[in-house]
Amino acid sequence: MRVYADNAATTRTDPEILEKMLPVFTETYGNPSSIHTAGRDAFFVLKEARDRTAKALNALPDEIYFTSGGTEADNWAILGAAKKKAAKGRHIITSAIEHHAVLHTLEKGDFDVTYLPVNEQGFVSCEDLEKAIREDTVLVTVMMANNEIGSIQPIRQLADIAHRRNVLFHTDAVQAVGHIPVDVKELGVDMLSLSGHKFSAPKGVGALYVRKGLLLPNLMQGGAQEKGRRPGTENVPAAYGMSLALEKAVTGLEDKMKKLSALRDKLINGILDTVPYCRRNSPAENCLPGMVNVSVQYLEGESILLMLDMNGICASSGSACTSGSLDPSHVLLALGLDHETAHGSVRLSLCGQNTEEEVDYILEKFPQIIARLRAMSPLWEKVEKKEG
Amino acid sequence: MIYSEKVMDHFANPRNVGEIPDANGVGEVGNAKCGDIMKMYLKIEDNVIQDIKFKTFGCGAAIATSSMATELIKGKSVEEAMQLTNKAVVEALDGLPAVKLHCSVLAEEAVHAALSDYYRRQGLDPAMFGLKNSCDGCCSGCGCEAEEAHS
Repeated sequence: MRVYADNAATTRTDPEILEKMLPVFTETYGNPSSIHTAGRDAFFVLKEARDRTAKALNALPDEIYFTSGGTEADNWAILGAAKKKAAKGRHIITSAIEHHAVLHTLEKGDFDVTYLPVNEQGFVSCEDLEKAIREDTVLVTVMMANNEIGSIQPIRQLADIAHRRNVLFHTDAVQAVGHIPVDVKELGVDMLSLSGHKFSAPKGVGALYVRKGLLLPNLMQGGAQEKGRRPGTENVPAAYGMSLALEKAVTGLEDKMKKLSALRDKLINGILDTVPYCRRNSPAENCLPGMVNVSVQYLEGESILLMLDMNGICASSGSACTSGSLDPSHVLLALGLDHETAHGSVRLSLCGQNTEEEVDYILEKFPQIIARLRAMSPLWEKVEKKEG
Repeated sequence: MIYSEKVMDHFANPRNVGEIPDANGVGEVGNAKCGDIMKMYLKIEDNVIQDIKFKTFGCGAAIATSSMATELIKGKSVEEAMQLTNKAVVEALDGLPAVKLHCSVLAEEAVHAALSDYYRRQGLDPAMFGLKNSCDGCCSGCGCEAEEAHS
Protein backbone atom coordinates (compact mmCIF):
# COMPACT_ATOMS: atom_id res chain seq x y z
CA MET A 1 0.00 0.00 0.00
CA ARG A 2 1.22 3.51 -0.74
CA VAL A 3 0.04 6.23 1.62
CA TYR A 4 0.87 9.86 0.97
CA ALA A 5 0.72 11.53 4.38
CA ASP A 6 2.84 14.60 3.67
CA ASN A 7 0.16 16.98 2.45
CA ALA A 8 1.55 19.87 4.47
CA ALA A 9 4.66 19.64 2.27
CA THR A 10 2.60 19.62 -0.89
CA THR A 11 -0.54 18.06 -2.28
CA ARG A 12 -1.28 16.10 -5.40
CA THR A 13 -2.74 18.36 -8.08
CA ASP A 14 -6.41 17.49 -8.36
CA PRO A 15 -6.76 15.71 -11.77
CA GLU A 16 -10.13 17.40 -12.27
CA ILE A 17 -8.47 20.81 -11.80
CA LEU A 18 -5.59 19.89 -14.09
CA GLU A 19 -7.99 18.91 -16.82
CA LYS A 20 -9.74 22.27 -16.60
CA MET A 21 -6.38 24.04 -16.71
CA LEU A 22 -5.16 22.38 -19.89
CA PRO A 23 -7.21 24.49 -22.36
CA VAL A 24 -5.72 27.61 -20.76
CA PHE A 25 -2.31 26.43 -21.97
CA THR A 26 -3.41 25.50 -25.46
CA GLU A 27 -6.51 27.59 -26.26
CA THR A 28 -6.69 30.75 -24.15
CA TYR A 29 -2.91 31.02 -24.21
CA GLY A 30 -2.68 34.72 -25.02
CA ASN A 31 -0.94 37.30 -22.90
CA PRO A 32 -3.60 39.00 -20.77
CA SER A 33 -1.90 42.35 -21.47
CA SER A 34 -2.28 41.99 -25.26
CA ILE A 35 -4.93 43.96 -27.08
CA HIS A 36 -5.99 41.26 -29.53
CA THR A 37 -8.65 38.57 -29.14
CA ALA A 38 -6.23 35.96 -27.80
CA GLY A 39 -5.05 38.44 -25.18
CA ARG A 40 -8.57 39.43 -24.25
CA ASP A 41 -9.61 35.80 -23.88
CA ALA A 42 -6.72 35.24 -21.50
CA PHE A 43 -7.55 38.47 -19.67
CA PHE A 44 -11.05 37.18 -18.97
CA VAL A 45 -9.72 33.84 -17.74
CA LEU A 46 -7.43 35.70 -15.36
CA LYS A 47 -10.27 37.95 -14.24
CA GLU A 48 -12.42 34.92 -13.57
CA ALA A 49 -9.57 33.42 -11.52
CA ARG A 50 -9.19 36.60 -9.51
CA ASP A 51 -12.92 36.96 -8.89
CA ARG A 52 -13.21 33.36 -7.78
CA THR A 53 -10.16 33.58 -5.49
CA ALA A 54 -11.46 36.79 -3.93
CA LYS A 55 -14.89 35.32 -3.34
CA ALA A 56 -13.46 32.29 -1.53
CA LEU A 57 -11.64 34.63 0.87
CA ASN A 58 -14.42 37.23 1.15
CA ALA A 59 -12.07 39.75 -0.45
CA LEU A 60 -12.53 42.14 -3.35
CA PRO A 61 -11.01 41.08 -6.67
CA ASP A 62 -8.86 44.21 -6.54
CA GLU A 63 -7.31 42.98 -3.33
CA ILE A 64 -5.89 39.76 -4.83
CA TYR A 65 -2.39 39.79 -6.35
CA PHE A 66 -1.19 36.57 -7.91
CA THR A 67 2.37 35.60 -7.05
CA SER A 68 4.74 32.71 -7.66
CA GLY A 69 3.74 31.21 -4.32
CA GLY A 70 3.71 31.67 -0.58
CA THR A 71 7.37 32.61 -0.25
CA GLU A 72 7.08 35.52 -2.66
CA ALA A 73 3.87 36.66 -0.99
CA ASP A 74 5.54 36.62 2.44
CA ASN A 75 8.62 38.45 1.17
CA TRP A 76 6.52 41.07 -0.55
CA ALA A 77 4.25 41.66 2.43
CA ILE A 78 7.14 42.08 4.87
CA LEU A 79 9.55 44.05 2.72
CA GLY A 80 6.75 46.14 1.21
CA ALA A 81 5.21 47.04 4.55
CA ALA A 82 8.62 47.82 6.05
CA LYS A 83 9.47 50.08 3.15
CA LYS A 84 6.14 51.83 3.33
CA LYS A 85 6.49 52.51 7.04
CA ALA A 86 10.25 53.12 7.06
CA ALA A 87 9.78 56.66 8.38
CA LYS A 88 8.05 55.29 11.47
CA GLY A 89 10.72 52.76 12.40
CA ARG A 90 12.08 49.32 11.66
CA HIS A 91 10.69 47.22 14.48
CA ILE A 92 8.77 44.12 13.37
CA ILE A 93 7.00 41.60 15.58
CA THR A 94 6.63 37.99 14.57
CA SER A 95 6.34 34.60 16.25
CA ALA A 96 9.08 32.11 17.05
CA ILE A 97 7.43 29.43 14.92
CA GLU A 98 7.07 31.17 11.55
CA HIS A 99 8.03 29.57 8.26
CA HIS A 100 11.51 30.38 6.98
CA ALA A 101 9.94 32.49 4.23
CA VAL A 102 9.11 34.93 7.03
CA LEU A 103 11.99 34.34 9.45
CA HIS A 104 14.78 34.53 6.91
CA THR A 105 13.25 37.59 5.25
CA LEU A 106 13.29 39.31 8.63
CA GLU A 107 16.82 38.14 9.44
CA LYS A 108 18.26 39.29 6.13
CA GLY A 109 16.64 42.70 6.33
CA ASP A 110 17.83 45.59 8.46
CA PHE A 111 15.10 45.15 11.05
CA ASP A 112 14.78 45.08 14.77
CA VAL A 113 12.74 41.92 15.32
CA THR A 114 10.79 40.74 18.35
CA TYR A 115 9.91 37.05 18.35
CA LEU A 116 6.79 36.24 20.30
CA PRO A 117 7.23 32.98 22.21
CA VAL A 118 4.66 30.20 22.04
CA ASN A 119 3.35 28.01 24.84
CA GLU A 120 3.92 24.25 24.78
CA GLN A 121 0.91 23.75 22.53
CA GLY A 122 2.31 26.22 20.02
CA PHE A 123 0.14 29.32 20.60
CA VAL A 124 1.25 32.94 20.94
CA SER A 125 -0.46 35.08 23.54
CA CYS A 126 -2.31 38.33 22.94
CA GLU A 127 -0.74 39.81 26.07
CA ASP A 128 2.73 39.17 24.72
CA LEU A 129 1.87 40.97 21.51
CA GLU A 130 0.35 43.85 23.43
CA LYS A 131 3.56 44.23 25.42
CA ALA A 132 5.83 43.89 22.40
CA ILE A 133 4.36 46.76 20.37
CA ARG A 134 6.47 49.91 20.47
CA GLU A 135 6.37 53.39 19.03
CA ASP A 136 8.57 52.28 16.15
CA THR A 137 6.72 49.03 15.38
CA VAL A 138 5.81 48.93 11.69
CA LEU A 139 4.45 45.42 11.21
CA VAL A 140 3.16 42.38 13.03
CA THR A 141 3.41 39.16 11.04
CA VAL A 142 2.06 35.98 12.64
CA MET A 143 1.20 32.83 10.74
CA MET A 144 -2.39 31.65 10.77
CA ALA A 145 -1.62 27.93 11.07
CA ASN A 146 1.72 26.34 11.70
CA ASN A 147 3.19 24.05 9.05
CA GLU A 148 4.79 21.60 11.46
CA ILE A 149 2.39 21.23 14.34
CA GLY A 150 -0.83 22.75 12.98
CA SER A 151 -1.57 25.20 15.79
CA ILE A 152 -4.09 27.84 14.66
CA GLN A 153 -3.38 31.30 16.05
CA PRO A 154 -6.07 33.77 17.21
CA ILE A 155 -5.45 36.00 14.17
CA ARG A 156 -8.53 38.15 14.62
CA GLN A 157 -7.55 39.14 18.17
CA LEU A 158 -3.92 39.65 17.24
CA ALA A 159 -4.84 41.85 14.27
CA ASP A 160 -7.17 43.89 16.50
CA ILE A 161 -4.35 44.54 18.95
CA ALA A 162 -2.01 45.63 16.16
CA HIS A 163 -4.62 47.92 14.66
CA ARG A 164 -5.50 49.56 17.97
CA ARG A 165 -1.85 50.59 18.08
CA ASN A 166 -1.87 51.63 14.45
CA VAL A 167 0.40 48.81 13.26
CA LEU A 168 -0.04 46.83 10.03
CA PHE A 169 -0.84 43.13 10.32
CA HIS A 170 0.19 40.35 7.94
CA THR A 171 -0.55 36.66 8.25
CA ASP A 172 1.11 33.79 6.42
CA ALA A 173 -1.98 31.65 5.83
CA VAL A 174 -0.29 29.17 3.50
CA GLN A 175 -1.28 26.17 5.65
CA ALA A 176 -4.69 27.56 6.50
CA VAL A 177 -6.29 28.56 3.21
CA GLY A 178 -8.44 25.77 1.81
CA HIS A 179 -8.23 23.84 5.10
CA ILE A 180 -10.01 26.05 7.64
CA PRO A 181 -12.33 29.04 7.12
CA VAL A 182 -10.38 32.10 6.01
CA ASP A 183 -12.38 35.30 5.72
CA VAL A 184 -10.12 38.31 5.34
CA LYS A 185 -12.77 40.76 6.47
CA GLU A 186 -13.60 38.78 9.56
CA LEU A 187 -9.91 38.32 10.36
CA GLY A 188 -9.31 42.01 9.81
CA VAL A 189 -5.82 41.48 8.42
CA ASP A 190 -4.06 43.95 6.12
CA MET A 191 -2.19 41.28 4.17
CA LEU A 192 -2.51 37.52 3.83
CA SER A 193 -0.28 35.06 1.96
CA LEU A 194 -1.48 31.86 0.36
CA SER A 195 -0.03 29.11 -1.81
CA GLY A 196 -1.89 26.98 -4.35
CA HIS A 197 -0.04 23.69 -4.02
CA LYS A 198 -1.13 23.31 -0.41
CA PHE A 199 -4.73 22.80 -1.53
CA SER A 200 -4.48 20.63 -4.64
CA ALA A 201 -3.58 23.37 -7.13
CA PRO A 202 -0.26 23.20 -8.99
CA LYS A 203 3.05 24.39 -7.55
CA GLY A 204 4.42 27.80 -8.51
CA VAL A 205 1.34 29.90 -7.88
CA GLY A 206 0.08 31.76 -4.86
CA ALA A 207 -1.38 35.09 -3.95
CA LEU A 208 -1.06 38.00 -1.61
CA TYR A 209 -4.23 39.62 -0.35
CA VAL A 210 -3.62 43.33 0.22
CA ARG A 211 -6.42 45.26 1.89
CA LYS A 212 -7.89 47.92 -0.34
CA GLY A 213 -6.38 51.31 0.41
CA LEU A 214 -3.04 49.88 1.47
CA LEU A 215 -0.61 50.84 -1.26
CA LEU A 216 2.12 48.31 -0.85
CA PRO A 217 5.42 49.16 -2.59
CA ASN A 218 6.58 46.63 -5.17
CA LEU A 219 9.00 43.84 -4.47
CA MET A 220 10.05 43.65 -8.13
CA GLN A 221 10.12 46.16 -10.94
CA GLY A 222 8.85 45.51 -14.42
CA GLY A 223 5.69 45.67 -16.48
CA ALA A 224 2.21 46.83 -15.65
CA GLN A 225 0.78 43.47 -14.65
CA GLU A 226 -1.30 43.21 -11.49
CA LYS A 227 -1.93 46.95 -11.62
CA GLY A 228 1.81 47.50 -11.82
CA ARG A 229 2.30 46.07 -8.35
CA ARG A 230 3.54 42.63 -9.26
CA PRO A 231 5.23 42.70 -12.66
CA GLY A 232 5.75 39.66 -14.86
CA THR A 233 3.39 37.99 -17.30
CA GLU A 234 0.76 36.29 -15.21
CA ASN A 235 0.77 32.51 -14.91
CA VAL A 236 -2.78 32.35 -16.19
CA PRO A 237 -3.27 28.56 -16.23
CA ALA A 238 -1.90 28.21 -12.70
CA ALA A 239 -3.92 31.13 -11.33
CA TYR A 240 -7.01 29.69 -12.99
CA GLY A 241 -6.28 26.24 -11.53
CA MET A 242 -5.66 27.69 -8.09
CA SER A 243 -8.95 29.55 -8.11
CA LEU A 244 -10.83 26.39 -9.03
CA ALA A 245 -8.99 24.36 -6.39
CA LEU A 246 -9.73 26.99 -3.76
CA GLU A 247 -13.41 27.15 -4.67
CA LYS A 248 -13.57 23.37 -4.44
CA ALA A 249 -11.71 23.33 -1.13
CA VAL A 250 -14.00 25.81 0.59
CA THR A 251 -17.19 24.18 -0.64
CA GLY A 252 -18.67 22.22 2.25
CA LEU A 253 -15.57 23.01 4.28
CA GLU A 254 -17.17 22.48 7.69
CA ASP A 255 -18.16 18.90 6.82
CA LYS A 256 -14.77 18.14 5.33
CA MET A 257 -13.06 19.50 8.43
CA LYS A 258 -15.19 17.35 10.67
CA LYS A 259 -14.41 14.23 8.68
CA LEU A 260 -10.70 14.93 8.42
CA SER A 261 -10.40 15.86 12.11
CA ALA A 262 -11.90 12.49 13.03
CA LEU A 263 -9.32 10.75 10.86
CA ARG A 264 -6.54 12.85 12.39
CA ASP A 265 -7.68 12.04 15.93
CA LYS A 266 -7.86 8.35 15.14
CA LEU A 267 -4.31 8.47 13.81
CA ILE A 268 -2.70 10.41 16.64
CA ASN A 269 -4.59 8.63 19.40
CA GLY A 270 -3.77 5.30 17.80
CA ILE A 271 -0.08 6.14 17.76
CA LEU A 272 -0.07 7.46 21.33
CA ASP A 273 -1.94 4.36 22.52
CA THR A 274 0.36 1.83 20.89
CA VAL A 275 3.80 3.45 21.06
CA PRO A 276 5.24 3.98 24.54
CA TYR A 277 7.37 7.09 25.17
CA CYS A 278 5.69 9.06 22.45
CA ARG A 279 4.85 12.76 22.85
CA ARG A 280 2.07 14.68 21.16
CA ASN A 281 3.45 17.79 19.48
CA SER A 282 0.36 18.91 17.56
CA PRO A 283 -2.20 20.58 19.83
CA ALA A 284 -5.35 18.72 20.89
CA GLU A 285 -7.45 21.79 20.16
CA ASN A 286 -7.25 24.54 17.56
CA CYS A 287 -5.21 22.31 15.29
CA LEU A 288 -5.34 21.96 11.51
CA PRO A 289 -7.76 19.14 10.66
CA GLY A 290 -5.14 16.94 8.98
CA MET A 291 -2.08 17.57 11.13
CA VAL A 292 -0.42 14.93 13.30
CA ASN A 293 2.96 15.56 14.89
CA VAL A 294 4.50 13.30 17.50
CA SER A 295 7.97 12.78 18.95
CA VAL A 296 9.12 9.22 19.33
CA GLN A 297 11.64 9.24 22.12
CA TYR A 298 15.00 7.45 21.84
CA LEU A 299 14.84 7.55 18.04
CA GLU A 300 15.92 9.96 15.37
CA GLY A 301 13.28 11.12 12.91
CA GLU A 302 15.03 10.48 9.63
CA SER A 303 15.45 6.78 10.35
CA ILE A 304 11.72 6.58 11.06
CA LEU A 305 10.92 8.36 7.79
CA LEU A 306 13.14 6.05 5.76
CA MET A 307 11.52 3.00 7.26
CA LEU A 308 8.03 4.41 6.83
CA ASP A 309 8.93 5.06 3.20
CA MET A 310 10.13 1.49 2.80
CA ASN A 311 6.63 0.55 3.87
CA GLY A 312 5.05 2.91 1.35
CA ILE A 313 4.26 5.73 3.79
CA CYS A 314 5.41 9.29 2.99
CA ALA A 315 5.87 11.50 6.06
CA SER A 316 8.29 14.16 7.29
CA SER A 317 10.26 15.13 10.39
CA GLY A 318 11.73 18.11 12.17
CA SER A 319 14.97 16.36 13.08
CA ALA A 320 18.29 18.01 12.30
CA CYS A 321 19.03 15.29 9.78
CA THR A 322 16.00 16.25 7.75
CA SER A 323 16.28 19.99 8.22
CA GLY A 324 19.68 20.11 6.54
CA SER A 325 21.21 21.84 9.54
CA LEU A 326 22.68 20.72 12.82
CA ASP A 327 19.71 21.82 14.87
CA PRO A 328 16.27 20.30 14.91
CA SER A 329 13.20 22.31 13.92
CA HIS A 330 12.94 25.78 15.46
CA VAL A 331 9.21 25.18 15.86
CA LEU A 332 9.67 22.14 18.08
CA LEU A 333 12.40 23.86 20.10
CA ALA A 334 10.06 26.85 20.58
CA LEU A 335 7.51 24.49 22.15
CA GLY A 336 10.14 23.80 24.81
CA LEU A 337 11.18 20.38 23.54
CA ASP A 338 14.77 19.37 24.19
CA HIS A 339 16.93 18.59 21.16
CA GLU A 340 16.67 14.87 21.72
CA THR A 341 12.88 14.86 21.68
CA ALA A 342 12.76 17.20 18.69
CA HIS A 343 15.07 14.89 16.74
CA GLY A 344 12.50 12.12 17.11
CA SER A 345 9.62 14.06 15.62
CA VAL A 346 7.40 12.70 12.87
CA ARG A 347 4.80 14.72 10.99
CA LEU A 348 1.94 12.96 9.24
CA SER A 349 -0.28 15.41 7.37
CA LEU A 350 -3.53 14.10 5.95
CA CYS A 351 -5.89 15.58 3.39
CA GLY A 352 -9.40 14.79 2.20
CA GLN A 353 -8.03 12.15 -0.16
CA ASN A 354 -6.67 10.01 2.66
CA THR A 355 -8.93 7.15 3.71
CA GLU A 356 -9.63 5.37 6.97
CA GLU A 357 -8.06 2.28 5.43
CA GLU A 358 -4.84 4.25 4.96
CA VAL A 359 -4.89 5.43 8.57
CA ASP A 360 -5.38 1.82 9.70
CA TYR A 361 -2.40 0.83 7.58
CA ILE A 362 -0.21 3.53 9.17
CA LEU A 363 -1.38 2.43 12.61
CA GLU A 364 -0.45 -1.16 11.77
CA LYS A 365 3.06 -0.32 10.48
CA PHE A 366 4.07 2.53 12.78
CA PRO A 367 4.48 0.57 16.04
CA GLN A 368 6.37 -2.21 14.18
CA ILE A 369 8.80 0.29 12.70
CA ILE A 370 9.36 1.99 16.02
CA ALA A 371 9.98 -1.34 17.76
CA ARG A 372 12.47 -2.38 15.08
CA LEU A 373 14.44 0.86 15.26
CA ARG A 374 14.36 0.99 19.02
CA ALA A 375 15.85 -2.50 19.12
CA MET A 376 18.99 -0.94 17.65
CA SER A 377 18.97 2.21 19.75
CA PRO A 378 21.51 2.38 22.60
CA LEU A 379 19.22 4.91 24.30
CA TRP A 380 16.29 2.51 24.28
CA GLU A 381 18.58 -0.18 25.67
CA LYS A 382 19.12 2.02 28.73
CA VAL A 383 15.38 2.54 29.19
CA GLU A 384 14.72 -1.17 28.98
CA LYS A 385 17.46 -1.97 31.48
CA LYS A 386 16.13 0.64 33.88
CA GLU A 387 12.64 -0.81 33.64
CA GLY A 388 14.03 -4.33 34.02
CA MET B 1 19.23 14.21 -0.72
CA ILE B 2 19.66 10.74 -2.18
CA TYR B 3 21.28 7.76 -0.49
CA SER B 4 23.13 5.13 -2.51
CA GLU B 5 21.64 1.66 -2.81
CA LYS B 6 24.37 0.34 -0.51
CA VAL B 7 23.44 2.85 2.20
CA MET B 8 19.79 1.89 1.91
CA ASP B 9 20.69 -1.79 2.04
CA HIS B 10 22.76 -1.34 5.20
CA PHE B 11 20.01 0.78 6.73
CA ALA B 12 17.24 -1.68 5.88
CA ASN B 13 19.30 -4.78 6.73
CA PRO B 14 21.96 -3.64 9.15
CA ARG B 15 24.72 -6.19 9.80
CA ASN B 16 25.92 -7.03 13.30
CA VAL B 17 23.24 -5.24 15.30
CA GLY B 18 23.13 -6.03 19.00
CA GLU B 19 25.30 -6.42 22.05
CA ILE B 20 28.06 -8.79 23.09
CA PRO B 21 27.60 -9.69 26.76
CA ASP B 22 31.23 -10.70 27.27
CA ALA B 23 32.76 -8.02 25.08
CA ASN B 24 36.29 -6.99 25.98
CA GLY B 25 36.15 -3.63 24.24
CA VAL B 26 33.16 -1.28 24.30
CA GLY B 27 33.02 2.26 22.93
CA GLU B 28 30.26 4.83 22.73
CA VAL B 29 30.47 8.13 20.87
CA GLY B 30 28.09 10.94 19.96
CA ASN B 31 25.31 12.40 22.03
CA ALA B 32 21.56 12.53 21.92
CA LYS B 33 21.45 16.30 21.62
CA CYS B 34 23.15 16.09 18.25
CA GLY B 35 20.93 13.25 17.14
CA ASP B 36 23.40 10.40 16.91
CA ILE B 37 25.00 7.93 19.29
CA MET B 38 26.97 4.85 18.26
CA LYS B 39 27.92 2.06 20.62
CA MET B 40 30.33 -0.66 19.49
CA TYR B 41 31.05 -3.97 21.21
CA LEU B 42 34.21 -5.94 20.38
CA LYS B 43 35.17 -9.48 21.25
CA ILE B 44 38.90 -9.72 20.62
CA GLU B 45 40.77 -13.02 20.87
CA ASP B 46 44.33 -13.71 19.76
CA ASN B 47 44.56 -10.13 18.56
CA VAL B 48 41.69 -10.73 16.11
CA ILE B 49 38.24 -9.17 16.14
CA GLN B 50 36.25 -12.37 16.48
CA ASP B 51 32.93 -10.62 16.92
CA ILE B 52 31.59 -7.10 16.68
CA LYS B 53 28.12 -5.69 17.35
CA PHE B 54 26.67 -2.22 17.38
CA LYS B 55 23.70 -0.20 18.51
CA THR B 56 23.00 3.18 16.97
CA PHE B 57 20.61 6.02 17.67
CA GLY B 58 20.56 8.22 14.61
CA CYS B 59 19.58 8.80 11.03
CA GLY B 60 19.74 6.37 8.13
CA ALA B 61 23.37 7.25 7.39
CA ALA B 62 24.35 6.75 11.04
CA ILE B 63 22.88 3.25 11.02
CA ALA B 64 24.37 2.38 7.63
CA THR B 65 27.87 3.63 8.50
CA SER B 66 27.83 1.70 11.79
CA SER B 67 26.80 -1.42 9.94
CA MET B 68 29.46 -0.99 7.26
CA ALA B 69 32.18 -0.22 9.81
CA THR B 70 31.46 -3.48 11.63
CA GLU B 71 31.61 -5.43 8.37
CA LEU B 72 34.91 -3.84 7.41
CA ILE B 73 36.74 -4.82 10.59
CA LYS B 74 35.14 -8.13 11.57
CA GLY B 75 37.78 -10.86 11.44
CA LYS B 76 40.60 -8.32 11.08
CA SER B 77 43.53 -7.91 13.44
CA VAL B 78 43.48 -5.14 15.99
CA GLU B 79 46.18 -3.27 14.04
CA GLU B 80 44.16 -3.51 10.84
CA ALA B 81 41.03 -2.32 12.61
CA MET B 82 42.92 0.68 13.94
CA GLN B 83 43.57 1.74 10.36
CA LEU B 84 39.84 2.05 9.64
CA THR B 85 39.04 5.51 8.34
CA ASN B 86 35.77 7.27 7.72
CA LYS B 87 36.83 7.52 4.09
CA ALA B 88 36.97 3.74 3.78
CA VAL B 89 33.47 3.50 5.25
CA VAL B 90 32.16 6.11 2.80
CA GLU B 91 33.79 4.37 -0.16
CA ALA B 92 32.41 1.00 0.85
CA LEU B 93 28.95 2.56 0.95
CA ASP B 94 29.37 4.04 -2.55
CA GLY B 95 29.41 7.53 -1.08
CA LEU B 96 27.38 9.59 1.35
CA PRO B 97 25.65 12.94 0.89
CA ALA B 98 27.97 15.76 2.07
CA VAL B 99 25.72 16.63 5.01
CA LYS B 100 26.03 13.03 6.23
CA LEU B 101 29.80 12.69 6.15
CA HIS B 102 29.97 13.31 9.89
CA CYS B 103 28.16 10.00 10.38
CA SER B 104 31.11 8.17 8.84
CA VAL B 105 33.47 10.08 11.14
CA LEU B 106 31.35 8.95 14.05
CA ALA B 107 31.58 5.32 12.89
CA GLU B 108 35.38 5.57 12.77
CA GLU B 109 35.39 7.17 16.21
CA ALA B 110 33.16 4.45 17.63
CA VAL B 111 35.51 1.71 16.44
CA HIS B 112 38.51 3.59 17.82
CA ALA B 113 36.74 4.17 21.14
CA ALA B 114 36.02 0.45 21.47
CA LEU B 115 39.66 -0.39 20.63
CA SER B 116 40.86 2.17 23.20
CA ASP B 117 38.65 0.52 25.79
CA TYR B 118 40.14 -2.87 24.85
CA TYR B 119 43.68 -1.56 25.42
CA ARG B 120 42.70 0.08 28.68
CA ARG B 121 41.28 -3.20 29.94
CA GLN B 122 44.66 -4.78 29.11
CA GLY B 123 46.26 -2.15 31.31
CA LEU B 124 47.73 -0.37 28.30
CA ASP B 125 47.55 3.27 27.33
CA PRO B 126 45.64 3.62 24.03
CA ALA B 127 47.77 6.64 23.15
CA MET B 128 50.77 4.33 22.86
CA PHE B 129 49.06 2.72 19.90
CA GLY B 130 48.19 5.98 18.24
CA LEU B 131 44.60 6.05 19.54
CA LYS B 132 43.46 9.41 20.77
CA ASN B 133 40.68 10.01 23.18
CA SER B 134 37.91 10.31 20.69
CA CYS B 135 35.62 13.29 20.73
CA ASP B 136 31.94 12.75 21.22
CA GLY B 137 31.35 13.32 17.52
CA CYS B 138 29.05 16.20 18.21
CA CYS B 139 29.33 19.12 15.85
CA SER B 140 28.58 21.79 18.37
CA GLY B 141 32.10 23.07 18.64
CA CYS B 142 34.72 21.06 20.48
CA GLY B 143 37.07 22.15 17.73
CA CYS B 144 38.73 18.77 17.35
CA GLU B 145 39.94 17.02 14.24
CA ALA B 146 36.73 15.06 13.85
CA GLU B 147 34.75 18.23 13.92
CA GLU B 148 36.83 19.73 11.16
CA ALA B 149 36.13 16.66 9.11
CA HIS B 150 32.43 17.34 9.55
CA SER B 151 32.58 20.71 8.00
